[in-house]
Amino acid sequence: MTDIPIPNKAAGARIPLIDGIEKVTGQAKYTADLDPSGSLVGMILRSPYAHGEIVSLDIEKARALPGVHAVITGDDCPAPFGILPIAENEYPLAKGKVRYKGDAVAAVAAETHEIARQALKLITLEVDEYPAYYTPEDSRAPGTVDLHEKRKGNMERDVHHEFGNVEEGFAEADLIVEDIFRSEEVTHLHIEPHAAMAEYDVARDKMTLQSVTQVPYYVHLMLAQTLGMDTSRIRVIKPFVGGGFGARTETLNFEIIACLLARAAGGKVRIALTREETFLTNRGRPESDIKMKLGVKKDGTLTACSCEVVQKGGAYGGYGIITILYAGALLNAIYDLPNIEYHGFRIYTNTPACGAMRGHGTVNARFAFESLLDRAAEGIGMDPLEIRAANYLENSFETPSGFKGLTYGLPQCIDWAKEASGWTDKFGKMEKGRGIGIACSHFVSGAGKPVHWTGEPHATINLKLDFDCGITILTGASDIGQGSSTIIAQTVAHVLGVDYGRLRVVANDSAITPKDNGSYSSRVTVMVGNAAMDAANNLKSVLTEAAARKLGVTPQEVECLGESYRVLGATQDPGIPFNDVVAEALVDTGTLTVKGTYTVPREFQGKGKQRGAAVGSTPGYSYAATVAEVSVDEDTGIVKVEKIWVAHDCGFAINPLSVEGQVQGAVWMGLGQAISEETRYNEGLPMSANMLDYRVPTIVESPHIETKIVETIDPNGPFGAKEASEGALASVPAAVANAVYDAIGIRFSQTPLTPDRIMDAMIKKEREDKRAAAKKGAA
Amino acid sequence: MKSILRLKINGREREDLVPHNMLLVDYLRETVGLTGTKQGCDGGECGACTILVDGQPLLSCITLAHKAEGKTIETVESLAKQGRLSALQAAFNEHLGSQCGFCTPGMIMASEALLRDNPAPDEDQIKKALEGNICRCTGYVKIIESVKAAASQLNREAAA
Repeated sequence: MTDIPIPNKAAGARIPLIDGIEKVTGQAKYTADLDPSGSLVGMILRSPYAHGEIVSLDIEKARALPGVHAVITGDDCPAPFGILPIAENEYPLAKGKVRYKGDAVAAVAAETHEIARQALKLITLEVDEYPAYYTPEDSRAPGTVDLHEKRKGNMERDVHHEFGNVEEGFAEADLIVEDIFRSEEVTHLHIEPHAAMAEYDVARDKMTLQSVTQVPYYVHLMLAQTLGMDTSRIRVIKPFVGGGFGARTETLNFEIIACLLARAAGGKVRIALTREETFLTNRGRPESDIKMKLGVKKDGTLTACSCEVVQKGGAYGGYGIITILYAGALLNAIYDLPNIEYHGFRIYTNTPACGAMRGHGTVNARFAFESLLDRAAEGIGMDPLEIRAANYLENSFETPSGFKGLTYGLPQCIDWAKEASGWTDKFGKMEKGRGIGIACSHFVSGAGKPVHWTGEPHATINLKLDFDCGITILTGASDIGQGSSTIIAQTVAHVLGVDYGRLRVVANDSAITPKDNGSYSSRVTVMVGNAAMDAANNLKSVLTEAAARKLGVTPQEVECLGESYRVLGATQDPGIPFNDVVAEALVDTGTLTVKGTYTVPREFQGKGKQRGAAVGSTPGYSYAATVAEVSVDEDTGIVKVEKIWVAHDCGFAINPLSVEGQVQGAVWMGLGQAISEETRYNEGLPMSANMLDYRVPTIVESPHIETKIVETIDPNGPFGAKEASEGALASVPAAVANAVYDAIGIRFSQTPLTPDRIMDAMIKKEREDKRAAAKKGAA
Repeated sequence: MKSILRLKINGREREDLVPHNMLLVDYLRETVGLTGTKQGCDGGECGACTILVDGQPLLSCITLAHKAEGKTIETVESLAKQGRLSALQAAFNEHLGSQCGFCTPGMIMASEALLRDNPAPDEDQIKKALEGNICRCTGYVKIIESVKAAASQLNREAAA
């Protein structure tokens, strides 16, 4: 007889998403797909004025229109909201002031789209206009009107940090490189437009919201606050979500508006924003002006970095304070950089509010840094790969800012990218017009401290096991397409060793599932994964004890085979079937519910003494190295990215298929920012609020992305995992810009590298070259 | 103004009283209840609403419902037969051609039209067929792999 083997382990398995079938068959229900029967159409009136005092807002005619069930304004909601408890300065509908073209001022609930549209036309808005500020420079000029009280000079937050001694650092340098960089505003462009379905139960005074959110828990809190309802009367459900990328990591006004309308109308209201309104809701990555200086020694060692970042925040706070903190914080923890000086300025402007976007805060600063590193390498005559290698951290590092990391896979990433791309044969050696460039980046695996610090664990998972012997995983983690439910299921399946057929995931219904902070800062795999592991281990203990009772041995003498349990060492015994073990476990107790939790170890919650020291701390940093090969058409200025090689240190790939997908998506989003994406405004009016003028790369413009998973097995991660979906993004803009330099010998300090910018630079260079040649000839 | 619209949707004949200004995507989603077809933009920008009309890919968000009078419509819901995934559906699932899934129905229908026309497309032909379909999650790499995998599977089945 052969031994009966322990089943294959689920962690590390390349499996499809557990909700993939619903997506490919069209059965997946997104918010706009929910049953609309009996619902009213919600629509929002938006301000055509960028900045001013509301003098009058007449809704009487709209209210009188047959078929209109509710019309609401800022007067219907006394409480402000905002993702950061220290910066709640937004109202679902403008109160007193409007602050950008597109600011929501009133909303209607009507029986049809036509009636709702008509009703909006009947509302008259009178505004006493203030001067409007569309650039940080204008907002900060002396004598401006403040967008928000108590924020003098329109400064949302200024941050000033120094780690080490920057002056001494620069004094030690053999070469100093510096420049001013501009990254234009970009936006998430999740393919699903914003939508919400709110249902108010008048008889019981209860509200149910279904919405496109990444953070149902934060939405729940804000609904309670803005509706003035007890949290227990509110239920938030997240259906399938068609992408988020950070846009939906805070409560958005239409979610509250849908609820206010539902309550006012006494029923069910559906709001489906248009694509243009989705752009206006924004929360994109802010336009950033970055002044950066790096000092290096001849051997490539970095001695100091000074960095000043000015972000155009838009009209409301949102995540702004965190964004400006991240921009400085993540100068740390990628290279051994002893001296850092950072000055950050987040400025209010009369444009749609910016917020968190994939690679939160770090992307534009990393573009500047990795571009300068390329110039420094050239300046000291070093290969761009070598200068990065000269500044590696080691495993178990601690930065001057107090961030700790246990694993550091950047060397493996760069080594692979070098080999795979054929770097040595290509760099500086290809024909004119073709070039190759490298850049690196990193990201947190969840923030060391959550936004709302309550003292609770960072994550909680419940498992329910009943007479049917199926295991229901209850989680509040928001699957937005990144595959979090799949990772949680794999984790539970791995620990318990059971067939997937026993598992089901129930997620994101506040009436049923445990609270979760949500899907942001790439927290789910590490935090919820660890909680899932804890929960599964707890359930396994219960089952092992039951099996021990049945087998007449101690729990230590029981071996779990997943689908059966046997006496340890009885290798030819098929053991007691799972269902019998469950039946034994239920005796006297009934339905089993177990819990697992995860709390970030204290020393990974940020140890620095600087203000905002927790921002940038995490249980583990991911690392990525990206090589881009480009060709530049010197007649049109079009940059074609021929191929990208990316290696990403995700600690451990619980699902390699999913990790590849996340890394490729991140790289591609960075590519869009590098070559074509730009949220443009004219006098505060969006010029690209549609999917043609906001140019994301189509499949035709998108290169193959060769992807390597680097595994460093981080002791803080479940099975050693770290994040996989954000870290690589920030490397791409600089990798492309550096490749363009290799191709045509022009340095670019601005993204996106659009054809007009390339052409302008090439014409300028040609003129300068001619002038220099003429001078030389004359001499 | 409304009038009767007669057409065939996913193999079934239908008759509905439909306003003349109703878009095909709204008719499919709101009247027929086939919400697999998605709307991602304000008209003709993203490809999420791609369906087949008489076998040809069409953007249902910039087409009036009455334009489909007498025609044969296929949406993503028609592809699985007796609950069995089509080759493209299986490939998009297994190769992660779908992440958030919102562009997926349109992407699969555009791919379906391609493979019916060209059972063994090369990469450039796949890109050409999907150039009007925007995906924000995948970077398209695994979408291309999915279409290739489905084509191989169909060719294997045809050869068998």
